Amino acid sequence: MRQTFAVGIGGAAGQGVATPGDIFAKIFSRRGLHLNAYNAYQSIIRGGHTFLTIRCGPERVTNMGDRLDLLIPLNQDAMDRHLGLLTDGAACVYNSDTIKPGVPADGVGLFPLPVSKLADITRNKVAQNTLAVGAGLSMMGIGFQALEEVLTEQFNKKGEAVVSENIGIARIGYDYATVNFRPFAWPLPMTGNRYAVISGNIAMAMGGAAAGVKFYCAYPMSPSTGVLHWMAAHARKAGIMVRQVEDEIGVVNMAIGAAHAGVRSMCATSGGGFALMSEGLGLSAMMETPVVVIDCQRAGPSTGVPTKTEQGDLWQMLGAAFGDYPRAIAAPLDIGDCFTIIPEIFNIADRFQCPGIVLCDLLLSEGRLSVDPKDLDFAPVIDRGELITTASSEPNGDGVYKRYKITESGVSPRAIPGVPGYTHTAASDEHEEDGVLISDEFTNPTKRRAMMEKRMRKVAGIEAAAPPPVLWGPRDAEVTLIGWGSTKGVIEEACEILTEQGISANQLQIRWLVPLHGDAILDILKGTRHTIIVENNYSGQFARYLRSETSFVPDGHIRKYDGEPFMPHHIVEAVKEQLSGKSKLSVPAHEILV
Amino acid sequence: MATLADTKPVAMADLKGKVDPDWCPGCGDFGVLAAVQKALVELQIPNHNVVTISGIGCSSNFPGFINTYGMHTLHGRALAVAAGVKLANHDLTVLVTGGDGDGFGIGGNHFVHNMRRNVDLLYIVMDNQIYGLTTGQTSPTSRIGMKTKSMPFGNIEAPVNPISLALAAGATFVARAFSAEQKHLTELIKQGIRHKGFSFLDVFSPCVTYNHDNTYQWFRPRVKKLEDDPAYDPSDWMAAMGKSLLWDEQIPIGKFFERTDLPSLHEAEPVLNAGPLVHADPRIPLDLARSFVEELM
Repeated sequence: MRQTFAVGIGGAAGQGVATPGDIFAKIFSRRGLHLNAYNAYQSIIRGGHTFLTIRCGPERVTNMGDRLDLLIPLNQDAMDRHLGLLTDGAACVYNSDTIKPGVPADGVGLFPLPVSKLADITRNKVAQNTLAVGAGLSMMGIGFQALEEVLTEQFNKKGEAVVSENIGIARIGYDYATVNFRPFAWPLPMTGNRYAVISGNIAMAMGGAAAGVKFYCAYPMSPSTGVLHWMAAHARKAGIMVRQVEDEIGVVNMAIGAAHAGVRSMCATSGGGFALMSEGLGLSAMMETPVVVIDCQRAGPSTGVPTKTEQGDLWQMLGAAFGDYPRAIAAPLDIGDCFTIIPEIFNIADRFQCPGIVLCDLLLSEGRLSVDPKDLDFAPVIDRGELITTASSEPNGDGVYKRYKITESGVSPRAIPGVPGYTHTAASDEHEEDGVLISDEFTNPTKRRAMMEKRMRKVAGIEAAAPPPVLWGPRDAEVTLIGWGSTKGVIEEACEILTEQGISANQLQIRWLVPLHGDAILDILKGTRHTIIVENNYSGQFARYLRSETSFVPDGHIRKYDGEPFMPHHIVEAVKEQLSGKSKLSVPAHEILV
Repeated sequence: MATLADTKPVAMADLKGKVDPDWCPGCGDFGVLAAVQKALVELQIPNHNVVTISGIGCSSNFPGFINTYGMHTLHGRALAVAAGVKLANHDLTVLVTGGDGDGFGIGGNHFVHNMRRNVDLLYIVMDNQIYGLTTGQTSPTSRIGMKTKSMPFGNIEAPVNPISLALAAGATFVARAFSAEQKHLTELIKQGIRHKGFSFLDVFSPCVTYNHDNTYQWFRPRVKKLEDDPAYDPSDWMAAMGKSLLWDEQIPIGKFFERTDLPSLHEAEPVLNAGPLVHADPRIPLDLARSFVEELM
């Protein structure tokens, strides 16, 4: 079992949960520790309840885990909600002026900080947070200097006085804990590695910059807005045009316009905004103008739960826009993959002149992960496909450029506006090879069929361009867990725990939803003993999709649709329940209530 | 980059589309097509540097009938697409063509917002006050009382006033023309193309098949050119707003308003200082990339 250490910080929105979280994250990553952070929050700017979990360790940390080692409740509500989660060896550090502890489990340490005695709370409203951070780090066995460095960076903009005041308060908390609190049994180790701590949204935005995106536009919508924020903040340095548009219909069409003019163009939204973009995807497909759309899923339907995660948009993606058309749909497997997948899907979209959809979710978009900077490749392959950008090449055909020339691959060389000799009209109506409409006066069933077949021939090329999935773990395992996208990390850990407990498990994680590689999947599943599909939605959207494409029916399902992600024990317990024959559908209950 | 194609004078023949328009005989849109072609010849803009973008509707078939780069997009979305084209390559001359239903109905949101953004393009609305391609329903500019298939007992909803709306939304060039007044229309198209910013040109383009109220005969005695009034000052926004409210007996056509002191969207965006995005290196410098990652460490 991987050794990890998890801190939970809970409080009301506006109470400053984020700052101690950032401080811990920085200190952990600078010690060369991996980390994974997940913030459970509510759609409220001030008040409510928010609970941040930061889990770290010397090996990869792929999910929020099952265990909290240190709880820092910033108000009574946080204490009442979460103290019961702590188990033997864990600790709770709290402000004893304002918070009354409950009754903890055996072996849980309660460590009160007499905040008003230690700091001048009339001067510093968040003194309790800073004291607790100092105390926590002392208990973890981390030297004070690390905290001093991070606090200096954190408050530098506010001036020398604020920096020294905060360092002073942190020092008092640190020293107080050294004298009065029990240190953790496992002092946090240090490695020589250095990691960047990034969210999925930042990863996708940076992946776009690496892929050569020159045009990004969006309408703000949780949980996708982080992509817009990174893009907007870095646009001028990176030479990227970033626009905030009046609605998502405008977004996708503006992105298509920019793409048509010749630049790589991207936009991001969530389910509701994506619904508005649907018709635009059809336009991209019909005009054969590549565009990449990111959907950061949140719990639906309708406005749903804007701050909660779900994998509930799969069928919306599959059904987006009417008619049949080639496209690619990919679900990143973790936050690092959020970066990598963008250049990959752009190459496919460009080569096959079709829309590419990235199916992310709140868990990855807003979660944070330590990523080795070496894994962020800012010089990936950029394949723009058959693009005509200068007049030097001969117009194809008999001297008249045919934008939609019928080819064996289905791909027709694409000229961008401004190139002499290649004028043509790209149309949302069905058209001939030269772009003339065959939707009205020139209606012609033979030509319509030929154009449909030309476009749909690209499907085979896309299938060959995207890699098929592979099975992780022992081939003859007792149980095979099938997941897609963001559940990769938690399923991986569940497999490890099951194996330690004597149940061998392996994992099939799907990254490319379109193309699905149904034959390759069936080939993998042929030899499996007990298959369970794990997904974050009510109806088993992926299970239904897999069945519709391959006729494959798994032995069981584990589903969760309460807005929160899976924790490893949810899957472990459900697998045991299903292997004992008690159930074929498990819906684990989430214990952390936010 | 100068090429042979750039040095050859632009002629009407260069702008003839691959197919002839399939509009009904007598449709006002023929006059608009001819005037756009004439304006491009007079301004000597090579066809490969022009992108004509439309939505859906009779008049939105326009890009297929002219030999420029063209995009025939979705109903109501032409302006959104056009803004993207212009921002990706601001060296292109962008013309957006469509009808009143496309622009003021389903596309109303993009109409308002691209005017306030001052995107540098010319938006020509062939306003026939009816839905033609769907065989005659009430449009956003249909007058009260007009009987159509969708409102057989007469329209009871007030029409939108495109000129007032454009002025209020911040268009920096606002004009109206009448398809039957070719010279005047051509001149306004030329001015609209030359204007650096959002140029809105509402053209009365009678539908001879479905609109029996607002015909050529109805418009002819009513339209009055603003240019004929030497006292009219098109830099005066309040005066333009006043003129925009006139209808029935006296309907002004001509340039209502123009201001040239505001930068267009691409001029206001520092990212474009180095030139059009389409010519930019797709790679970002690796030391810059490293600095982006450093921020997160």
